[in-house]
Amino acid sequence: MKLPIYMDNHATTPMDPRVLEAMMPYFTEKFGNAASRNHSFGWEAEKAVDDARRQIATLIHADPKEIIFTSGATESDNLALKGVVEMYREKGDHIITSVTEHRAILDTVKRLEKQGMKVTYLPVDKDGFVNPDEVSKAITDKTILISIMMANNEIGTVNPIAEIGRIAKSRGVLFHCDATQGVGKIPVDVEAMGIDLMSFSAHKIYGPKGVGALYVRRKNPRVRLAPMMDGGGHERGMRSGTLPVPLIVGFGKACEICMQVMPEESKRLTEMRERLKAGILKNLDEVYLNGHPTKRLPNNLNLSFAYVEGESVLMGLKEIAVSSGSACTSATLEPSYVIRALGVGSDLAHSSIRFGLGRFNTEEEVDYVIKRVTETIQKLRAMSPLYEMAKEGIDIKTVQWARD
Amino acid sequence: MAYSNKVIEHYNNPRNMGSFAKDEKEIGTGIVGAPECGDVMKLQIKVESGRIVDAKFKTFGCGSAIASSSLATEWMKGKTLDEAEKIKNTEIVQELSLPPVKIHCSVLAEDAIKAAIADYRKKTDNNGSI
Repeated sequence: MKLPIYMDNHATTPMDPRVLEAMMPYFTEKFGNAASRNHSFGWEAEKAVDDARRQIATLIHADPKEIIFTSGATESDNLALKGVVEMYREKGDHIITSVTEHRAILDTVKRLEKQGMKVTYLPVDKDGFVNPDEVSKAITDKTILISIMMANNEIGTVNPIAEIGRIAKSRGVLFHCDATQGVGKIPVDVEAMGIDLMSFSAHKIYGPKGVGALYVRRKNPRVRLAPMMDGGGHERGMRSGTLPVPLIVGFGKACEICMQVMPEESKRLTEMRERLKAGILKNLDEVYLNGHPTKRLPNNLNLSFAYVEGESVLMGLKEIAVSSGSACTSATLEPSYVIRALGVGSDLAHSSIRFGLGRFNTEEEVDYVIKRVTETIQKLRAMSPLYEMAKEGIDIKTVQWARD
Repeated sequence: MAYSNKVIEHYNNPRNMGSFAKDEKEIGTGIVGAPECGDVMKLQIKVESGRIVDAKFKTFGCGSAIASSSLATEWMKGKTLDEAEKIKNTEIVQELSLPPVKIHCSVLAEDAIKAAIADYRKKTDNNGSI
């Protein structure tokens, strides 16, 4: 086993060597511009892009023509939201989203709000689910777009996307889904799920950084988008700019591999996740699971360790890469808004640790992580005045804390 | 975020970690911060003839908060109450090379020092007036 151990696969993933291999010729020998229509260099590049588009579309059950390449999921989210608002503004001025969306959605809708759009931020339940009935109730005759994420990047909760898609369709509202964490990990079918626009990216699925896609439905309904980037009219005019052929080839290969390995990989990751959870819970008391026990991404585990602060845990686990919802790990000095949205106290949000398992993690690594987490939490609890008070039978919630 | 070597050293080898019995009359206890803010520091001093002869801490917080309180106990030991009261958060910042986002940890440590001293004084004043 090699140290350090990488267990932060929601942030990014290492590239699969097979992906790199597929990409290599497109940097040097096959360097053509996919938009060059009049020579073999261009044709070769165009064919590579077409093949990748097919590989990507296959993974999500879409038509290859419905894939628009972008620089990543953040750009896809921006393009979907701003592009729809600009195009459909005359139809209405209302957007529905949820409080646990990624910042790429929340900050984009905030900007749109400043520009006069009205936004409904749906709450989530204690496990992080958006309730489809509340989506339905929030729709007005001014609603032009619903944007709900497929799976949460912190707590791994997988939303009832197909139900929300059905509601959107029946009410004639466009449905965008940020599926950055879902695609490649769980089965995605844009038809069955009633998705009209969907964001995802390559680097979360063992592909290269710097490329993503926006699925844009062409039939029932045909979705139109105002472009954010003007220029040569690439990607059906929705996103101009020379296509990064090597990255796209890598994205395609990454999707193809996910498609092949998903059934067994999903099982393997779920087993490792459960082993990690059981191992930690066996050794430590007052550990709380954030998110739903089963309706979550197979590779996600998010735990709050009462009476210890997340950043100090990360510091103790210096040879293990995981992440925390603690304020100290963010620039804002606020603990995770996702964990707080579950109704968990801020103290437990500060104490949360996210484990993101991936294709290259092993059972041996999981066992090592169990051991090191146990040691670190025990050490920090011995140091924690809160743990001491709790053991003395003092209810920390009833203490009058001196706040600044 | 990269930590300074001194913060890491205090985190790995905290000085004077532990607790005194709160009710003893020579003990002063200061608890500052709040769990929902992500930092709680408990600093305790043992005082003999106006001098701090021992100090202990327990901290819920990030590595910088742990290091700040560990350092505070080191610095308080051997000082008179009046001397210890003059310890400034800026000195802690300097000693531990804390970045701007961690300055609040040093402020909390200074508050904890003052709170522990005030607690001790309150105890002894009360005892004196009875």
